[in-house]
Amino acid sequence: MNIGTQPQNGSSALAGEGERPVQYVTPLADVESTKEGYTIHAEMPGVDKSGLEITVDNGELTIVGHRHPEEFSGEPVYREIRSTGFRRVYELDPAIDTSNIAARIDQGVLTLTLPKAESVEPRKIVVE
Amino acid sequence: MNIVRYQRYPQSDLSVTFDRLTTVRNELDRVFESSFGSFFRPLASLNRWNPAVDVYQDNDQFTVYVELPGLKKEEIEISLNGDTLTIGGERKSEANADQGFRTERYFGKFQRSLTLPVPVNSEKVNATYKDGILKVVLPKAEEAKPKQIPVSLN
Repeated sequence: MNIGTQPQNGSSALAGEGERPVQYVTPLADVESTKEGYTIHAEMPGVDKSGLEITVDNGELTIVGHRHPEEFSGEPVYREIRSTGFRRVYELDPAIDTSNIAARIDQGVLTLTLPKAESVEPRKIVVE
Repeated sequence: MNIVRYQRYPQSDLSVTFDRLTTVRNELDRVFESSFGSFFRPLASLNRWNPAVDVYQDNDQFTVYVELPGLKKEEIEISLNGDTLTIGGERKSEANADQGFRTERYFGKFQRSLTLPVPVNSEKVNATYKDGILKVVLPKAEEAKPKQIPVSLN
């Protein structure tokens, strides 16, 4: 059961050698576990479909969300919203069928469905 | 302009750490709930959901942005009472309580209020909700807009 772990901190991840470090914030996320698999709900306000990058590599699921730049009118009076993107890495349960991961984003909440491969679902063997 | 009911910076690294502590505390609450009843409940006020707010202004209007991921339009309530703008609502949890094994997101009621420094034209307040961000545009009342008075020099 490794899906909940977060091996890397989402903030201050390096984009590549020699480049300036890109700042990210870790999105708040819920993970649900069922017999059939896992569901992740991650909060990424300001991110739409085109700003999402989801990759699976070497048993790790990486979620990156870029905010689309808002055309602010006028000068800031009060600011709490961070303009940085989101990033989070999950170590995947080996039972997950990575070819069938599905994602959708609705009003800034990313929903990822990670089904378990059929072979690892508990199966009852009938004795004849 | 002052904004009330603010306790933390959402999504800062500190707050994520704090969220984890809160999650741990929630677990403790759950463990103790059966035997101690509501003894630990007063701490729950730390767990208030305070969505992040940005306010911009120019000569003609204020623009207020609120981060509210995953709500339905009808769950958001916006009201303007005099010079006080209040944004509130409730996010209902869709998840089955038995299924979650790592929960960080906030559910339940939230409310933010802010006092506007100048009168606004309440008839023309307009709000949109897109990608989990609520945007409220409040045009300033005519009498509050800065005016240029031409002075002729002889």
